[in-house]
Amino acid sequence: MIRLTVNGASREFDGEPDMPLLWYLRDILDMTGTKYGCGLGQCGACTVHVNGTAMRSCLTTMKAAAGKRVTTIEGLSPDGNHPVQKAWKECNVPQCGYCQSGQIMQAASLLKQKPKPSDSDIDTAMQGNICRCGTYQRIRKAIKLAAGVEG
Amino acid sequence: MTRIEQVSRRGFLESLFSAGALVIGASTEALAAPDADRAAWTPSVYLGLESDGAVIVVAHRSEMGTGIRSVLPMLLADELGADWSKVQVQQAIGDEKYGSQNTDGSCSIRDFYDAVREAGATARTMLEGAAAARWGARAADCKAAGHVVTHTPTGRKLGFGELVAAAKQQPVPAKGSLKFRPESEYRYIGKDTPTIDRDGLCMGKGTFGMDAKVPGMVYASIERSPVYGGTVRSHDDAGTLKVRGVQRTAVIPRFKEPQVFQQLGGVAVIADNTWSALQGRKKLKVDWDPGPNAGFGSDAYKLQLFDAVRKPGKVVRNVGDVDAAFAKSAQVIEALYYVPMLAHAPMEPPAAVAEFKDGKVTAWAATQNPQAVQDAVSSALGIAKKDVVCHVTLLGGGFGRKSKPDYVVEAALLSKQVGKPVKVVWSREDDVRFDYFHAVAAMSMKAGLGADGRPTAWLHRSAFPTIGSTFDSSATHGQEFEMGMGWVDLPYDIPNHRAENGAAKNHVRIGWMRAVANIYHAFAIHSFVDELAVAAKRDQVSYILDLIGASRNVVPKVEGMNYWNNTQPLDKFPIDTGRLRRVVEVAAEKSGWANRKSGGGRGWGIAAHRSFLSYVAAVVEVEVDNKGRVTIPNMHIVADAGKIMSPDRVHAQFEGAGVFGTSIAMLGEITAANGRIQQSNFHDYQVARIHQVPKQTHVHVIPSTERPAGVGEPGVPPIAPAICNAIFAATGKRYRELPLKKQGLS
Repeated sequence: MIRLTVNGASREFDGEPDMPLLWYLRDILDMTGTKYGCGLGQCGACTVHVNGTAMRSCLTTMKAAAGKRVTTIEGLSPDGNHPVQKAWKECNVPQCGYCQSGQIMQAASLLKQKPKPSDSDIDTAMQGNICRCGTYQRIRKAIKLAAGVEG
Repeated sequence: MTRIEQVSRRGFLESLFSAGALVIGASTEALAAPDADRAAWTPSVYLGLESDGAVIVVAHRSEMGTGIRSVLPMLLADELGADWSKVQVQQAIGDEKYGSQNTDGSCSIRDFYDAVREAGATARTMLEGAAAARWGARAADCKAAGHVVTHTPTGRKLGFGELVAAAKQQPVPAKGSLKFRPESEYRYIGKDTPTIDRDGLCMGKGTFGMDAKVPGMVYASIERSPVYGGTVRSHDDAGTLKVRGVQRTAVIPRFKEPQVFQQLGGVAVIADNTWSALQGRKKLKVDWDPGPNAGFGSDAYKLQLFDAVRKPGKVVRNVGDVDAAFAKSAQVIEALYYVPMLAHAPMEPPAAVAEFKDGKVTAWAATQNPQAVQDAVSSALGIAKKDVVCHVTLLGGGFGRKSKPDYVVEAALLSKQVGKPVKVVWSREDDVRFDYFHAVAAMSMKAGLGADGRPTAWLHRSAFPTIGSTFDSSATHGQEFEMGMGWVDLPYDIPNHRAENGAAKNHVRIGWMRAVANIYHAFAIHSFVDELAVAAKRDQVSYILDLIGASRNVVPKVEGMNYWNNTQPLDKFPIDTGRLRRVVEVAAEKSGWANRKSGGGRGWGIAAHRSFLSYVAAVVEVEVDNKGRVTIPNMHIVADAGKIMSPDRVHAQFEGAGVFGTSIAMLGEITAANGRIQQSNFHDYQVARIHQVPKQTHVHVIPSTERPAGVGEPGVPPIAPAICNAIFAATGKRYRELPLKKQGLS
């Protein structure tokens, strides 16, 4: 039996220990805010926080998640008012929106580690998150807005 | 042409509106429908007003990131005088009564601008008429705004909800009598009103096709022939069935030619969850008969395409006498260009749920075209179109991929076989390998310059596997719409001008991708124009303006085909060279072109292209270091797309087009060897990431009162040539083949 917490709630899982956290969240818990995009850690659409740090849930097995605190986009804030989410709305970042859960989780993790990121910090932290619609300019702007640094 | 009528609450409308609702339908005339035949008028937009004041608008176009399912309802709300906070948007199921729902071709605003306003104005007129009758007042003194009708002389007010019952009894106003609200009274259109989906998308809410779930549903992952058109000889699922969570396997038959939107065929693994299905698939052993495409290889195919454009092809445009003019030219310039095969790669791979029950199919799909779902599923299962209900989810990107519903057909076929609702999930590998690929293309360009450096003759040969081959397996030449995308309609003022299309056989499925054939035509044409300007020792901006010539409306003189003009008549949407000139001039002005300093690793490039009835110029500034690393400090995109509805969403589309075009220029390439696609995921089919895109993209939209034209696609075509022209200015090296990653740049 694997035990973990997801958005503060205790969970138990007795399925395949090699199942990626991504599919546990999506198919077993029906928490579909976390997205599948590549399955190889190439696109970042599945990004969640594990013990407070951004991780690719498609590469994090359930056995690796055992005993950890998992936060998904659904649990980032109770009302969608995390500073990153507020900035995302202010900048009208999403187009199709599919990658944005992962982008927001990655950006929130970045700001936790570097509250005043430089452009170079943003490049480094965010280059694992693909947006095919091409919202990158607004993602950068929103991160700076959330951080309160000059655009 | 549209017609408005009060419609009965029939079919699914009953689930949307209560019995007391006033329901207005606006009809758009089918393109070829006989005028007198009322049965040919199919409702396309519905507006319902409830007695509690709720306004319900049915969004019949698919939402894949443009904002369309918010913006058309906003336009309706503004025309009606509704309060946006009291408007509920309902996503339509697929139904031909709406007219086309194919959210593709950058035409949703263009095609439904009139219909939506007419629906709003009709309902408003009836509400105002009902209020006038109640008050014994003149209708002209009753004005709808802010969700109430106000008697302007006295200030008396009645809410929309209070007026619904009486408004239903009002005569439906004749279309010709409708008075439209002046745009100065709009509260939502022309402003940056947020879309209905924005806030939810920032919280992980919103149901995409990948997220759809129905009770009793099982998950399927499908092993398909590694070579296009192959068939299953035999399969061994012993290992698969041992995987925890796997329920069974199921063979899906190969499609019958032509492919259209049918399933590819293969062996499906059915499981309790996606992961089990994917794991089970890894243990599956399939013996394939690869069929006739097993010899397809991109290297040899590229040579074939170049051979095809080195010799005369089918003449599709012929003005003057090109050969005679070449003979008299002071200088002849020739160049070959190549753009590879590309995959759409939307962030959400294709996904759909289908349930076959009692001879009927209900589907939930990320689709750009729910009516094509109905057609393809009904045809595959041998059931009536009306017995296929397609619910449309949000789309995690589309770019044209999701107007081809083969994945929904797979789900429906599997559901029939296994007797349960089935969700088909395409892995990223499936998406990259089994796409309806954007065509690879080779172009041969030749121009004869006069003593003044201006072209007197222009020959453009192009060869590419046609999208037509998806619909007719024998097709080897371009369709009218492909040739009409920035090629035979090139509006340059050149006295002798010929276009020829070489033959090319397809070996994979070919489909349309954002901006379609404009991508390769624009790359060749606007790169070549830059080469000519250099040969003529002319400034590119003045040279382009010289080629475009005086402001006029151009009627392309095509051969053996009709000019397509994005389905629209030239009198409504002319090829207006004045508008093309204007975007070039504004791009030069906004970018500071006159003061640029190119050379020494820094360079500026420009390209301007008309597509989807819009005019777009791009100026790109690049820096190239001594290791071939390219950075783009600034990209300026100037667009004239006619009248625009949502400035913020229009800007977003052009910002995104700049990124999409950067991917095409720098990174994207799909290749095949032995019929097998060699790329599989984002590590080897790369798309632009945050550190690779322009540092600043400056979008300037030309204010216009012209008819709304395309926005989603026309930003893409000028980007790749503008980047390559800038790199030439920076380095003196001309790149004629994409992607640049393959040419030693990064």
